[in-house]
Amino acid sequence: MSFSKLGLRTVALGYLALLLVAPVAMIFYRTFEHGLAPVWEAITEPNAIHAFWLSIEIVAIAVPLNTIFGIGMALLLERGRFRGKVLLGLLVDLPFAISPVVVGLALVLVYGKTGWFGGWLTEHGIQVIFSVPGIVIATAVVSLPFVARETTPVLRELGTDAEQAAATLGASTWQTFWKITLPAIRWGVVYGVVLTTARALGEFGAVSVVSGRIEGQTQTLPLYVQGQFENFDITGAYAAAVVLALLALGTLLAMNILTRRTRGRTTV
Amino acid sequence: MLGRGLLGLYLSVLVLLPVAALLAKSGSGGLDAFWREVTGPEAQAAIKLTLATSAIVVVINAFFGTLIAWVLVRDEFPGKRYVNALIDLPFALPTIVAGVVLLALYGKNSPVGIDVAFTRASIVLALLFVTLPFVVRSVQPVLIELDRSMEEAAASLGAGPLTVLRRIVLPTLTPAIVSGVALSFARAVGEYGSLVLITGNLPFKTEVGSVYVFGQIQNEDLPAAAAVSVVLLIVALAVLGALTLVSRWRSKHVL
Repeated sequence: MSFSKLGLRTVALGYLALLLVAPVAMIFYRTFEHGLAPVWEAITEPNAIHAFWLSIEIVAIAVPLNTIFGIGMALLLERGRFRGKVLLGLLVDLPFAISPVVVGLALVLVYGKTGWFGGWLTEHGIQVIFSVPGIVIATAVVSLPFVARETTPVLRELGTDAEQAAATLGASTWQTFWKITLPAIRWGVVYGVVLTTARALGEFGAVSVVSGRIEGQTQTLPLYVQGQFENFDITGAYAAAVVLALLALGTLLAMNILTRRTRGRTTV
Repeated sequence: MLGRGLLGLYLSVLVLLPVAALLAKSGSGGLDAFWREVTGPEAQAAIKLTLATSAIVVVINAFFGTLIAWVLVRDEFPGKRYVNALIDLPFALPTIVAGVVLLALYGKNSPVGIDVAFTRASIVLALLFVTLPFVVRSVQPVLIELDRSMEEAAASLGAGPLTVLRRIVLPTLTPAIVSGVALSFARAVGEYGSLVLITGNLPFKTEVGSVYVFGQIQNEDLPAAAAVSVVLLIVALAVLGALTLVSRWRSKHVL
């Protein structure tokens, strides 16, 4: 029995080592192979810095929007009583079923020059596609479901007793939300925010379509990795990829701390 | 009321209108034109390749995902906590980084002498990487809850380990495996970022559906891009819809 157990363990860990650990370790090795100086030079290159700050800017807009609307959608899905609730649930989850490239295309068809609103937007001097607003919208779409998905089960578990008690004692809807509901669901929300941030920071396909990938202008950090790779600047590509990988490892750490805090709940 | 209006507006701007525009574009030339776009030689090859590689990937995932979940739940070894945490790495890592990382070890200058770049094997490899967590994370909680007394009873009645696995453990895990497989499949069908560097995007050889769509957008052939997009969307929705229906039916009839 213990012999077969050892065999299974070896196969499982071997698979993970070959698929996950070795490739990630390899890129760290290749990046720092010649010391820190070339890496530092690569990530302080103007286009790299611009890409980094653009990514931060996108996250700073898209994540708060999705957090506020995500909580709102979770409340509506869990506490609301109205027709078409199933449809709302479907719409919220839809971005997970759509390929990122298809998200990008769909946005071009609405906000692009020849899209549904293209004429109106051009008339008013607003450029969405091939500029920052398009990247923000694309990022918001692909990371839309996380907060709502993580908050909904927590709301269901919480029930409405405390909220009803607060209302009976004369609290307004807002007071009930801020003092009763939000504190109770906060870890679910935070977990959703962590997932949203990771996805927003790393989004590639949708942003690739809507941004036009203009160096130093609409190039986010993941697009910069691709750009450098295709220009045979492997050092630059690896250095930027390592920055993103470190941010991902930070996300992983945060997810683990949070899962322990909200123990008892299973999360994806 | 104001809140609901704003939510509706947000969802419309982000999801409803774009999806409507996509459907409108794909159907703008009528059903004939749509059919011609998706059955064109390059489009058809890309769609078939997407379905075939996704199918291979979910079969491998079903096996290794279940095995990894079993080892994480039933086995004890030093560092297990870290291995468990590592499973989510593909969800946290940007997809383009996944592609770069795989190329560093299994690409042209591979230090281990394995070069899959620009081959169909590279598609399977990248898809295995990005979909790894789905089966593990859906089987793991079921295994934790699984009552071992059934297995012990079977064993005490003379069932060998393989019989216990086949007759007791696997039937209980099947719904979770199926659910993980469905999520992997939906994800694999739409995957783009991890494939773009490693596959080389060669038409008829390594060009999958999402890459074809991207190429057609670049060529400004939006009707072709929209038609294949709708096919990818329908496949993903059908798989996820079937999953929802099956799990609903099970919760009503089995328990």
